[in-house]
Amino acid sequence: MMTLNINGKDVQLDVPSDMPLLWALRDVAALTGTKYGCGMALCGACTVHIDGQAVRSCVTPVAAAVGRKLTTIEGVGADKVGHAVQAAWQKLDVVQCGYCQSGQIMSATALLTTNRKPSDADIDAAMNGNVCRCATYVRIRAAIHEAAKTLAA
Amino acid sequence: MNLLAEPSIESVVIVNESRRRFLQGVGGLALGVYLGPALAEGAAAPAAAPAAAPAAPGAPFVPNAFVRIGTDNSVTVLAKHVEMGQGSYTGLATLLAEELDADWQQVKVEGAPADTERYKNLLFGIQGTGGSTAMANSHAQMRQAGAAARAMLVAAAAQDWKVPADGITVSRGVVHHAGSGRKASFGQLAEKAARQPVPQSVRLKDPKQFVLIGKAVARRKDTLEKTTGRAIFTQDYKLPGMLVAVVAHPPRFGAVPKSFDAAKARAIPGVVEVVQYNPGDPEVAAGVAVLAKDTWSARRGRDALSVEWDETKAFTLGSAQILEKYKALAATEGLVARKDGDAPAVLAAAAKPLQAQFEFPYLAHASMEPLNCLVQLDGDGCEIWNGEQFQTLDQASVAKLLGIAPEKVKLNQLYAGGSFGRRANPHADYLLEAVAIAKAARDKGVQAPVKMVWTREEDTRGGFYRPAFFHAVEVALDGAGKPAAWRQRIVGQSIAHGTALEGGMVKDGIDETSVEGAADMVYDIPNLRVELHTPADIGVPVQWWRSVGHSHSAFAVESTIDMAAAAAGQDPYEYRRKLLGKDARRKAVLELAAAKAGWGKPLKPGAAGERRGRGIAVHKSFETYVAQVAEVTVRPDGGFKVDRVVCAVDCGLAINPDVIKAQMEGGLGYGLSAALHGAITLDGGAVQQSNFDGYVPLRISEMPAVEVHIVPSAADPTGVGEPGTPVIAPAVANALAAATGKRLTRLPFDPALLKQA
Repeated sequence: MMTLNINGKDVQLDVPSDMPLLWALRDVAALTGTKYGCGMALCGACTVHIDGQAVRSCVTPVAAAVGRKLTTIEGVGADKVGHAVQAAWQKLDVVQCGYCQSGQIMSATALLTTNRKPSDADIDAAMNGNVCRCATYVRIRAAIHEAAKTLAA
Repeated sequence: MNLLAEPSIESVVIVNESRRRFLQGVGGLALGVYLGPALAEGAAAPAAAPAAAPAAPGAPFVPNAFVRIGTDNSVTVLAKHVEMGQGSYTGLATLLAEELDADWQQVKVEGAPADTERYKNLLFGIQGTGGSTAMANSHAQMRQAGAAARAMLVAAAAQDWKVPADGITVSRGVVHHAGSGRKASFGQLAEKAARQPVPQSVRLKDPKQFVLIGKAVARRKDTLEKTTGRAIFTQDYKLPGMLVAVVAHPPRFGAVPKSFDAAKARAIPGVVEVVQYNPGDPEVAAGVAVLAKDTWSARRGRDALSVEWDETKAFTLGSAQILEKYKALAATEGLVARKDGDAPAVLAAAAKPLQAQFEFPYLAHASMEPLNCLVQLDGDGCEIWNGEQFQTLDQASVAKLLGIAPEKVKLNQLYAGGSFGRRANPHADYLLEAVAIAKAARDKGVQAPVKMVWTREEDTRGGFYRPAFFHAVEVALDGAGKPAAWRQRIVGQSIAHGTALEGGMVKDGIDETSVEGAADMVYDIPNLRVELHTPADIGVPVQWWRSVGHSHSAFAVESTIDMAAAAAGQDPYEYRRKLLGKDARRKAVLELAAAKAGWGKPLKPGAAGERRGRGIAVHKSFETYVAQVAEVTVRPDGGFKVDRVVCAVDCGLAINPDVIKAQMEGGLGYGLSAALHGAITLDGGAVQQSNFDGYVPLRISEMPAVEVHIVPSAADPTGVGEPGTPVIAPAVANALAAATGKRLTRLPFDPALLKQA
């Protein structure tokens, strides 16, 4: 039995310690907002935060999250930056199929947490690991600037 | 696209619905429209008695198959088309809510179940989403559905308030009678409205009265769920006791399992069963599946499997050998898909015809959600949860596999995490596979619902690709530099051949999806000949991929016309304009893109050593016209960046302008991804790519700035999901040629060819 702190709550999960965090969240903790896209940290759909840092949960063993604060798309709105990012995404209707967007929002939130006024180049660098096959990139860029504006106000 | 199939496939009744006939009563202002069967049914009322059945207290008002109005004041639109990102849920709801005069905030959308009679695509005659037809086939139907519901709410209010119906107005979800000052919400009137007769005809709004169509207020309905992790895709849907199946696929197309050793797989905790399965269609993969309590255990079990394959019928050619075959075919005459004048004679007499050869690889759809499907077998019934794109054919295929009636196959609609055409498989491949696994498990005594999930590797290697193509084009110019003759030979596999759609889509041996975009060329060319070779001995499963035949034909045609302009020493934009006299809409969209891009004004120079260029392309697909101007910067080593794209689109009446813009942005991004990186290659029949490291997707750093301009129009709305995709590759190739003088004719682009000498 592993104890994880997910979105501010301690949760007991009966999983092997080497199970990737992605599957522990999705199949055992029933938090399906975090998505499987590649299983090799190539697409970013599985991005979550461990102690505020963006990590790819598909290659992170569940044991690596024990004793640390884990945040998923279901909980990121409780954070000021996460909330601003979600609001910007909603304002600009960024999503299309939506499958990658949890990961995009988690990566964008991590970026804005450390860099409150990212340039386009900063955005490209921070977001290049998150693939969107619908190519919503134009709006992702715009929404990050929009969230930065909200946070600066 | 016409998807009319042969009625021979068991239990699929295909009807040729004439689009013109359907639309004939809808063109004018606020005229009466006869309501078809899906609209003339009330909640539970049979069509013979066109009155809504009295509903139980608290039950929703269900005026027709497309909308449900709850006593809680909710308006639920039932979407007959899958939402896979293209905005169909929002578009369908906009149309219905407009005529209902609902408040946009009270409108919700739910996927409709499989029910061909009620929910067929009026352009296909079967239930399904594709060919960018969601708005084109249903705009009048959805408006009528909203208007009919509105009329019943008004009738209920008139009866209740004892006032004449024509004194009642409806606005933003409130029914109001000015004379008496009475007001009610839809929810308050729902029970009474359910007892009103279904109107036999309705009046539609004058476009001047629109408050949602064409306006910014009708925002996407799926944004909130998709930004909070609450949207449910097949990957997320769970049933009690459900098992997850991860599959081992054959290493080559056409191979089947001979034997397997599951001892190590069964030793993995969580693994419940291991089954061999065969869906019974030679194009659909047969394999071995590991069923487990969770995805990770199933995946580990699959990795521990040892399978021996029978490859006697496997396809073993490589991409280079396929291309050689295609080149040899292109040197010979093919079936004639278009013949104006006598192109061969003019070309034979020409001193030095322009020649161009274009190569296109196989392309995987590579949706972010790898293919999956949830199946529950129950007695002689089958229930499926899926991002469902091809209901009628999927029901028929699954029913045939199980030996049951199609109506025993229940399909539940979920969001699709992308598709780009992949979930509309004429073989129902991944559904058949999931059902075959569930059936094999049941035969072993495992009764649980089964969710088959492909890993990214299976999704990349699973076939049903955009076919590889080869185009050979020859053009002779007249004294004024205009094309006097154009011959285009196209070589590639047919998508429709051997499927239930062959009867409707293949005419005289020519699959229309192989030649679309070339055979319907409108450039003013007196001698034009388009020929097709359809090799039938290539065992790679193929399928439509966003924009289908246009994904290659537009590149060949729009690159060649640019080369002709260069050979004639003329500006490529002006050259196209002069040749587009027959097509005013295509010309207008070209002019709009050029004007907004500042065509003709010099580009800002790049940094030292950088070459810059601008290119233009225009194409019509799925009845929608798109022109794009691309600006590129090329480094000395040949690496380049597409900096900016200006896109103009004419899709008739713009129902949701922001969705149209999003589809142009995303559609050209999808096309750019393929143009820069996309290639599935085969070596000895084995696919060489497996994940996003080998099948490389476009990333944010490569995405250009995009400006979209919509041509104002009152014409019937046409699709936007696909038409943005085919235009970008030729626009970029033309820009690269302008910047470097080098013409790239092979996709994906090879930047090494642009290296500064």
